[in-house]
Amino acid sequence: MAAGDGNTPRDPTPIVGAQTDVAPLGRSAAKPPHERTADEERKVADWNAIYAAPAFQALLKAKRRFIIPATIFFVIYYFALPYLVGYHTEMMQRKVWGEMNWAYLFALSQFFMAWILAGFYVVVAAGWDRKAAAVLASFRK
Amino acid sequence: MSFSMSLIAQAPAQQSNVALLMFLGFVAATLVITYFSAKKSTGSSAYFAAGRRITGWQNGLAVAGDYMSAASFLGIAGMIAFNGYDGFMYSVGFLVAYLTVLIIVAEPLRNAGKYTMADVLAYRLKPRPVRAMASLSTLTVSIFYMIAQMVGAGTLVRQLLPGVSYEMAVIGVGVLMVVYVVFGGMLATTWVQIIKAVLLMSGSFFLSILVMAKFDFSFTDFFRSISAVTFTGANGAPVTQNFLTPGLLFKNPLDQISLGLALVFGTAGLPHILIRFYTVPDAKTARASVVWAMILIGLFYIMTTFFGFGAASLLGPDYLKLHGGTNMAAPELARLLGGEVFFAFISAVAFATILAVVAGLTISASTSFAHDFFTNVIHHGKEQRPGEEVRVARITAFVVGALAIIIAIVLGPSVNVAFLVGLAFAVAASANLPVIIFSLFWKRFNTTGAVCGLGVGLLSSIVLILISPDFMKEPLFPLKNPGIVSIPLGFLGAFLGALIGRSEPDAEAKFAELSVRANTGLGAEKAVAD
Repeated sequence: MAAGDGNTPRDPTPIVGAQTDVAPLGRSAAKPPHERTADEERKVADWNAIYAAPAFQALLKAKRRFIIPATIFFVIYYFALPYLVGYHTEMMQRKVWGEMNWAYLFALSQFFMAWILAGFYVVVAAGWDRKAAAVLASFRK
Repeated sequence: MSFSMSLIAQAPAQQSNVALLMFLGFVAATLVITYFSAKKSTGSSAYFAAGRRITGWQNGLAVAGDYMSAASFLGIAGMIAFNGYDGFMYSVGFLVAYLTVLIIVAEPLRNAGKYTMADVLAYRLKPRPVRAMASLSTLTVSIFYMIAQMVGAGTLVRQLLPGVSYEMAVIGVGVLMVVYVVFGGMLATTWVQIIKAVLLMSGSFFLSILVMAKFDFSFTDFFRSISAVTFTGANGAPVTQNFLTPGLLFKNPLDQISLGLALVFGTAGLPHILIRFYTVPDAKTARASVVWAMILIGLFYIMTTFFGFGAASLLGPDYLKLHGGTNMAAPELARLLGGEVFFAFISAVAFATILAVVAGLTISASTSFAHDFFTNVIHHGKEQRPGEEVRVARITAFVVGALAIIIAIVLGPSVNVAFLVGLAFAVAASANLPVIIFSLFWKRFNTTGAVCGLGVGLLSSIVLILISPDFMKEPLFPLKNPGIVSIPLGFLGAFLGALIGRSEPDAEAKFAELSVRANTGLGAEKAVAD
């Protein structure tokens, strides 16, 4: 315990010399970059210039073009289930294969819909990562 | 009730010893983890965000662990065993909800925030009112959810281990969760979640395999048996019912839609899920962790088909009614298929599940209180003494734990607390999500809008629950879950509030900065170096 000097309030955490971001135990030298918090990096960039850059606006547009339709799609697909099951019960009870009915099959399909859409998102988002990196690189001269 | 209790009391004492032993094994493992985490948990980033060094698959397991509560495991198994298809419909919403988390919330949150959801809201708005409201809503969600879990833990332990009383179980769970959070912080809590998720997934997997083995792995036979489940009807005569028929539980389809809305939009506003995205190094890892979580959560909820419908057809509602009711469907099925040792294992998994979830809730409540309320609202964003924020969080965790124990004991085992989980999701969807979305995507959004949105969402959810069938014999509001009304109200409150409130040039000026940060990760919080 390093709390023996009588000035620092007693901290119950055992200390084993791991670096920390807020350095509670009396380190007062300037922080190395990896310890800086976002607040301390407020001025790292000209935010307005990046925001106004056509490449950044194109990135925002590309994101919107995927996110809005994808969200509308999965919301409609999901709420079709309680709607159909609740208001068209007869139709959903029809058997598809053996005893398995449309209601169960449609519910099961939701899982695959979610996984496939997530897979699409990962592929598309990897492209956004590259675009974002390119935007930042163009400002880091 | 006394009849079913006497049946349980006849169960061999040996079986409960095996369960106790397995549970103690889990507790011992988690305490070892807590000890080693405590050594690393110095400083705010380490304590609140596990040093931001959790990897994608680890965080995926932890998110899944935080999310799959005892209500999911035992509750849904029981609902399917008693009501068939309608119980399975519950399962679907829990996975689809993660699309909202993945596509809309996780990455911007990781890029622009620090420890809590309020960090993102406070970014360009006036921090003090926004954080105070966000903290209130976080504490409400966490504490409601926690009390539901604690009462569930008490009743469950009493059924699984006849020697342990309700109060002892509640105190035991409460003390353990406080120990994890106070000493181990986010790192210990994360590893408790990871172990629990692995246990839960493997337990459910073996249970499903054993069920299908009973049907010689023939899906045709399996579905044939669920399509004709015989039980004693309300009039005492035997009834044969196709359990794949919708509508056995939900008579009013709007109930199901309202619940679905709360699930699909509430998950992305649950504070204990959101803070998980601060434990990874960057937004890309946050994305990967949601995908891992979706794989696990999806597999788990698909497996509810096997052990839920399996319990319906192999045990039947009549047997389960005499053996502990809905909550015991999964453990009793394990006893039937794998004997006492497997019963003990599944029971231990259920304990682990509850413990992990309450620990996750405790740390989200204490993080929000310490970071949002204490440091930022009371002390204007500056720690007055070094390490103060973490110290306050530890004290809060202790207080929250004590409160949860007391409330759970006062409420007692007979109170139906299921509505509290629904309420937590409804508050998250109606209060938290609208303001998160508006502050990220709407330039004109301002402080008045955020405070109104949080307030209206919180208040309307609570009021609608108080006048719902769960509370009133002649309910003023017909649905069990308020989502269908309270979510639009939350969005409307935030929208109108923003229009009525004075426009804030500061907030609009900072929109560019927030947008660049959220979309590029420039200036985002970094992982703590080793």
